Amino acid sequence: MEAQKYVWDGAIPLQIHLHESQVTTLPPPPPALILAPRIGYLPLLASLLKPYFSSTLPPGVDTIWFDYNGLPLKWYIPTGVLFDLLCAEPERPWNLTVHFRGYPGTVLIPCEGEDSVKWSYINSLKEAAYIMNGNCKNVMNMSQSDQLELWHSVMNGNLETYQRVSSKLKLATVEDEHTSLCSSKSQQGFGETDLAGQVKTGRVPVRLYVWSVSEDFDDLEDMPKVDSWEKISYINRPVEIHKEDKCFTLHDALKILVPEFFSNDLMNVKSAGVDFEDALRIPSEDVSSDKVVEDHVQNAYEHREACSISSSAEIKLIRIQGIEPKLEIPFSWVVNNLMNPDYFLHICVCVKVPQQNST
Amino acid sequence: MMDLLHWDGTLSAKDFRIGAVAFAQKWESLNFAFPPWVWVPCPKHPWLASPEEEGYLSMEKICISRLNEEDIDQTTQIDTDEEEASCSGNKDVIDDATLVQRNHHELHYYDFHIVYSNTFRVPVLYLRAYCSDGQPLQLDEIEKELPTCSSKELSKSKWTFITQEEHPHLKRPWYKLHPCGTGEWMKLLFLNDTAQPKFEVVLELYLLSWFSVVGQVVGLRIPFKMLNDR
Repeated sequence: MEAQKYVWDGAIPLQIHLHESQVTTLPPPPPALILAPRIGYLPLLASLLKPYFSSTLPPGVDTIWFDYNGLPLKWYIPTGVLFDLLCAEPERPWNLTVHFRGYPGTVLIPCEGEDSVKWSYINSLKEAAYIMNGNCKNVMNMSQSDQLELWHSVMNGNLETYQRVSSKLKLATVEDEHTSLCSSKSQQGFGETDLAGQVKTGRVPVRLYVWSVSEDFDDLEDMPKVDSWEKISYINRPVEIHKEDKCFTLHDALKILVPEFFSNDLMNVKSAGVDFEDALRIPSEDVSSDKVVEDHVQNAYEHREACSISSSAEIKLIRIQGIEPKLEIPFSWVVNNLMNPDYFLHICVCVKVPQQNST
Repeated sequence: MMDLLHWDGTLSAKDFRIGAVAFAQKWESLNFAFPPWVWVPCPKHPWLASPEEEGYLSMEKICISRLNEEDIDQTTQIDTDEEEASCSGNKDVIDDATLVQRNHHELHYYDFHIVYSNTFRVPVLYLRAYCSDGQPLQLDEIEKELPTCSSKELSKSKWTFITQEEHPHLKRPWYKLHPCGTGEWMKLLFLNDTAQPKFEVVLELYLLSWFSVVGQVVGLRIPFKMLNDR
């Protein structure tokens, strides 16, 4: 399971400046240089940053938050994902500003330290469990000590402990013959057969972040910086995979999540257009396949609607864990090896869209 | 058509849209104290003008007056004029409350959004509360206004019942009622119906039934007799 190890060892070099409004000493303190784990979360750096800046901070209550070029950073998004999304051209070190005052409560949900980050992580895990298993019981029933051990393994980047504790959760994962061939032991149920023989489709937790730009750029460096979260579409939608389909690629998964970017690949729109009502009347005893049909029909509908606008929508960049994977890679491999400790696959996409005259 | 026995109580995104339209229509026809639910379409991307597919239901600026059980002995009659001016809706108020906490000299307003969850495949109630000057209310202040049984649930575990999360469309902090388990009790609600309706009928009534349960948590009660008129 080498790829997972690389992911867990991955880190972003940060150069963190204290916001000038909170600098009370002359000369101002030099920025802090920190290697932040990709799979970690920025507020967890408080334990290092508070002591570092303590001598210069004004007195009062400290609630840590970060901004990049003025954009307040969402603390519940893993550090690596923030970097992949907001730095089209990777900036090393990544220059961030830290604040201990003036928490932007209208933009960011509150963060009361490590506890908030832990609960956010556990809630994401519950959500992932629900997507994969159909219920969150296994996460809800975790013992306190297991929960703590799991959280600490994430905080400290301890993959071995994480794998040991998370395997107890028995979360249904994507069957992946590629990974199971490489690993001697199935640590997390990779390559195991279906939990219940009848399950034909699996749902995979995915979080997709789309940054749309309307101008073309030769260099990633020339791209404008994201100045508002309004410019980023956040798509939190599971991807359904048919377990018999061994050829389901990353490309296929993206086509399901953002069909509006793939209209060029579509066959003739007229033949793809399916009438909803007709599709729903397809008789079927299997409820789950009804839903799959509905979802596919919905995608076809979105295709048809989106075609008129997005024939020139162009994907500029797809990043997962800091790499730009080839779209032909089997989706199961991508999920099993590049997912975050919350069992979500976080995908960052930058897309160029045609200029809109009116909106 | 879908067999109710095998139904897991959840909805597709498309069904949610259909159900939302039906719910909004029913709500208005029931003609009681609250303003109508409005469907707000939400484009998937800022640059993509989406059809009506994606969106959420919105009912805003609701002034909730609440009768605390401790205050029952101290109820005072208030000016109906004042109540009409400050609260939305007509004179027919819902059964359970008429008292506005006069000692605070402030009214609390609530916005409710019903948003579809792709993960849980059910509707989710999002809410936020604020004073007349726009100042947002914190969770502990909201808790004080909830019916006592809800407060008990909340005190058991703050993190599993109402959580503060980013509104999926508005990208601002809102409070959300946790949807875990919704599919299960929605299925039970309909299985208990001896009439065994077809799925189309279930869909028509889904959100109304869902809201009759969830709304109670935040003190919005639909008179039962209205629910039974189908």
